[in-house]
Amino acid sequence: MLKGPRNTRIIDLPKYRLPITGIVSILHRISGVLLFLFIPFVLWLLHHSLISQQEFLLVKDFMGSFTISIFIWIVLSALWYHTIAGIKHLLMDMDYFEGKRSGAIASTIVMLLGIAGVIAIGVWILC
Amino acid sequence: MLTQITSLTKNGLRDWLIQRVSAIILVLYLAFILGFIIGHHPIGFQEWYALFHHTGMKAFTILALLSLMLHSWVGVWTVLTDYVPNKALQGILIILMILAFVTYFVWAIAILWS
Repeated sequence: MLKGPRNTRIIDLPKYRLPITGIVSILHRISGVLLFLFIPFVLWLLHHSLISQQEFLLVKDFMGSFTISIFIWIVLSALWYHTIAGIKHLLMDMDYFEGKRSGAIASTIVMLLGIAGVIAIGVWILC
Repeated sequence: MLTQITSLTKNGLRDWLIQRVSAIILVLYLAFILGFIIGHHPIGFQEWYALFHHTGMKAFTILALLSLMLHSWVGVWTVLTDYVPNKALQGILIILMILAFVTYFVWAIAILWS
């Protein structure tokens, strides 16, 4: 029986502990996919906000309603997180934060900034 | 083979570069929009309409949108080729994504020039 390296199976994933760098990375992907899916929503808002004064006010009211505020919160949170995780990526392209320790520190900072941003955006939108 | 032909440029390094350049354009665009909204708080229809009526802003918006398309092409492609092992499904999803981009782009042009 050959015992070499093999691909990780999805079913084995819970057995692995994802380090902070991995969590920051997978959230970067998830937020990116979310943003991609929300493109038509944002275009739709932009479209209606530019039609006329009345439509603009309707869009403002619409964005103020509870359900839509939640969506706006998700979009802005994903945008914030994706941006700061992306900036970390650009810094890594320039050879910063690539060590095991420096990488973990940078990821922790992204995580903390991310959480703070998501809360701040939530307070701003929902209060 | 399919994985190669559905990638943005068939060249990993070039995809990488486009991903970075488009990211920087998008950050600049977002920062500008955010600054404008904060600077004109509470924003009214007049300022908002005037902003997007400006030719420079139209060009910047088209540039940002083009960047968004290229950026998400590379991003969604990376995610799909990593997590969708079925090549047929992977190909179909990437083609749907490209069709969506074309639609969004035409829609955006209609929004800006009507």
